[in-house]
Amino acid sequence: MTHRDRTQSHHRGSRTGARRAGRSRLRCCLAPLMRHVLLGMVAIAFLVPFYWMAISALKDNSQIFARPLQWWPHPIRWDNILRALHYPSFPFLRFLWNSVFYAGGVSIGTVLSCAAVGYGFARLHFPGRDLLFAITVSTMLIPGIVIFIPTFVLFKHLGLLGTYAPLICPAFLGNAFFIFLLRQFFLGLPQELSDAARVDGAGEFRIFWQIMLPLVRPALLVTALLSFIWTWHEFFGPLIYLSERSQYPLSLGLFAFRAQHTTEWSLLMAASTLATLPLVVLFFCTQRSFLEGITLTGIKG
Amino acid sequence: MAATRAPQARRGGARRRTARAGLLFVLPWLLSLLLFTTYPVLTTLYLSFTDYNIIQPPRWVGWQNYRTMFTADPAFWTSVENSAYYALLAVPLGLAGALGLALLLHTRVQGMGIYRTLIALPVLVPPVASTIVFIAMFDPDNGLINALLQTVGLPIVGWLTDPTWAKPALILLSLWGLGASALIFLAGLQEIPRSLLDAAAIDGAGVWQRFRHVTLPLLTPVILFNLVMGVISSFHIFTQALVVGGTTGKPLESTLMFMVHIYRTAFRYFAMGQAAALAVVLFLAVLVVTLVIFRSANIWVYYEGSRGSNR
Repeated sequence: MTHRDRTQSHHRGSRTGARRAGRSRLRCCLAPLMRHVLLGMVAIAFLVPFYWMAISALKDNSQIFARPLQWWPHPIRWDNILRALHYPSFPFLRFLWNSVFYAGGVSIGTVLSCAAVGYGFARLHFPGRDLLFAITVSTMLIPGIVIFIPTFVLFKHLGLLGTYAPLICPAFLGNAFFIFLLRQFFLGLPQELSDAARVDGAGEFRIFWQIMLPLVRPALLVTALLSFIWTWHEFFGPLIYLSERSQYPLSLGLFAFRAQHTTEWSLLMAASTLATLPLVVLFFCTQRSFLEGITLTGIKG
Repeated sequence: MAATRAPQARRGGARRRTARAGLLFVLPWLLSLLLFTTYPVLTTLYLSFTDYNIIQPPRWVGWQNYRTMFTADPAFWTSVENSAYYALLAVPLGLAGALGLALLLHTRVQGMGIYRTLIALPVLVPPVASTIVFIAMFDPDNGLINALLQTVGLPIVGWLTDPTWAKPALILLSLWGLGASALIFLAGLQEIPRSLLDAAAIDGAGVWQRFRHVTLPLLTPVILFNLVMGVISSFHIFTQALVVGGTTGKPLESTLMFMVHIYRTAFRYFAMGQAAALAVVLFLAVLVVTLVIFRSANIWVYYEGSRGSNR
């Protein structure tokens, strides 16, 4: 059954289902209302911390912890944002740039490497391929710390502590999860395409680059987005590899700020909001292609 | 299999060519497997039997690190207990919450897209930031949560300042991020053919029976996926615990999670051998638990096309 069939039967089915449920008219009007009320409550519960973060960023320290609760800042302290950006010895703009560099680098590396590797696993036969892929999937179970201890020692001996090399370079060699994801997408492309291209004399690399890659663009976008967001959130790697404050990405910068200024709550909130905002903007800009990509995963699954 | 219908010799040549290209395509990952998987895993295993402070070369000490861990390191047991407590509550609550949320979302009420977006939004907040926000909200005297509890007449607690309530507070923080697994459940729900539910309804199955005997069995593969993911991530909880309790697990070691203990052993005390032994134990724990879950999956996971869920 293709995805479209499924959705169609889904729609048809639920219409007859609704008609049947319509036997009791009261129930048919009440059920959606109840759902809205419940969903609304859940949505509010999920939104409150978000709202509290953003609103506290514009409050005085005293307002954040005021009783009765202040649901709206009064007065609105827009200058908190500026103060957070220019806090002495905490260059948040610098942190922001570091995060963009770090997440962008990892994201680019992951897309490039995982597209190639995923393609190799999905479309090209070579001895030991299936075993290698099984190993790849099972490596996802290895705790990061098991890897971190020796690689830390390794990068220390290479003199690369305090640089972004240990954080970004490994991404250019691949990532098990995204290899798995992209392989699924490449598996779904028709074999005739590559056969026809081969008959026309196209090399394997050209088939990959010019024919296959454009067809999985939504999956590449999902990979880029997810790895960008996850790297933006990443804390452990920067914590052990970076030492100079000017190198910190936002997560680590926030952590250091909190450790030193436990009482500067409005600035902490402003900085937290600033650390989140770029991802929210990114999410809303890409939401459509993002959801498209997720739907595509559904077809493959 | 490659579907070339060429003569034997040419097919052999083509196959060799594809094989060479295939190896070339996966070459980066082969390097990564060697450099960032095989080598570190073996080295960690080796280091776990040594005394190693990075500066001097590792010195072989046999099982001593493991003996120390089990018999002479009270923080080990504290951190194991804390992590187990956290996992045993956060995972089932997260699963149940995500499933409930997905069921709520799996309706064709107007504005569903907005609800979906709102519930996914917390996933975007960096863990350090969300933890900081929750620390402010959990403030025992003047925080938002206790203020709300007081308004509705419920007793207030010390949350992150009280050793009894610090872990429950961390669990609540983790539940805030259950939108991701809810969306995975939702995708699973949308895969369930409507016709099956309708057939069950015609046969007289009520809402609960349809859920229990149609929806739930068909959803078990997704439950398995979310369960494994939840267990693994809860075993690895680190950032939130470190932001709340630092390397000492304040208050009173109540937030000293296993990963925090490994982190401080490795990167604060630079007792790399001891830390490697702890990491090996974590690896084994993850392996055993996932194996048990996958084994038990034979009993409770229903795979479409197989003969049924019972052995």
